[in-house]
Amino acid sequence: MKNEVIKGLFRENPVFVLMLGLCPALAVSVSLKNAVGMGLAATFVLVASNTIISLFNRYFPSKIRIPCFIVVIATFVTMVEMVMGAYLPALNQALGIFIPLIVVNCIILGRAEAFASRHKLLPSILDGLGMGAGFGLALTIIAGAREILGSGTFWDIRITSAYAPEGAMHPAAVMVMAPGAFFVIAFIMGYMNWRKAKKAGTAV
Amino acid sequence: MQSYALLFISIALVNNFILAKFLGLCPFIGVSKKRKQAAGMGFAVIFVMTMASAVSWVVYQYFLAPTEHNLFYMMMGGGRPASDFDFTFLTTIVFILVIATLVQLVEMFLMKVIPPLYEALGIYLPLITTNCAVMGVALLNVKDFGMLHDLSTSFLSTVVQGFGAGVGFLIVIFLMSGIREKLDLLEVPQALKGAPIAFICAGLMALAFMGFAGIGQ
Repeated sequence: MKNEVIKGLFRENPVFVLMLGLCPALAVSVSLKNAVGMGLAATFVLVASNTIISLFNRYFPSKIRIPCFIVVIATFVTMVEMVMGAYLPALNQALGIFIPLIVVNCIILGRAEAFASRHKLLPSILDGLGMGAGFGLALTIIAGAREILGSGTFWDIRITSAYAPEGAMHPAAVMVMAPGAFFVIAFIMGYMNWRKAKKAGTAV
Repeated sequence: MQSYALLFISIALVNNFILAKFLGLCPFIGVSKKRKQAAGMGFAVIFVMTMASAVSWVVYQYFLAPTEHNLFYMMMGGGRPASDFDFTFLTTIVFILVIATLVQLVEMFLMKVIPPLYEALGIYLPLITTNCAVMGVALLNVKDFGMLHDLSTSFLSTVVQGFGAGVGFLIVIFLMSGIREKLDLLEVPQALKGAPIAFICAGLMALAFMGFAGIGQ
């Protein structure tokens, strides 16, 4: 049981290992606030859609099950859009197009097809939680690196003002722009490969 | 005419979908290992993006948006103002269903009418359905997400935008595949082999493409 949740965090992390959901992972991880917000939104949609699909799978005709899954997922994404638009306008503004794009997030459709449609309710919920947490964790790690290096803040608290008011270290603005995202994820993946190689005892 | 050319350049190079907007990354990393595959994927994406943005724009203008030519307003309008017929909250669901159906129809059509093209596109066509890039271009045509994007005001500009986005995708994925083919012959540190070095190359390409900013002025 616990394994279902844990596997989504590291061993089968959707972003770093399965390489799904890369678009929001790189685009949204400009600051920690955005990353956590996106992680929570995606986890909600994932758990909710896993629940519905696991419960009602036998009523979906097999030939059109993918469009049926998409309708279920899109419904929950529309709910998230509406709630965010009403209660969290700043986050809505920051995440922009990537909230409706949760519906094409490969992770959610992938888990629906590969897991929720073949397992009972409780394992599906746990799998959703695990994968969602893994996605959120990946986003948080990338966002942490980019925010600290790129704007010198941590959760909007300036941390580089040790010796001077505007900061002794000037942040590297490229980190919060497009290239920085690619570099950060490259080195995180490289680090994970290196760890895996060391564990397996092979030469690096 | 000139503004369409600028629109095309802007969306293909300046606001490139992969390197500037982060849309379409999964196929970018997954399919860019060989030049032939990348070219095939690129052309399929151009095809799907152009059609999807055209069709979804039409559906938005005539069914969802609270404008004068909303079909529901014209049929059931009566005395109510057009703004009562605002169905834009259904945009996400309607667009993704439109795209999925469209791709399915295109696949069936190609299988019957132009089999060689169907064979050439192979598995890429269904893969493009749940692609951020296609859904992204459809959404960007009708909603402003603060991406400094001009909303499409006419059918032609929608088509140009969809086509331009696809061409931008093709350029980048083809360049990337060329680089990766060369990378296979070099000595890359073991930990960075595969996806990491591809991302580093993408980052360098993104840096290069940032040089296009300001071309529209």
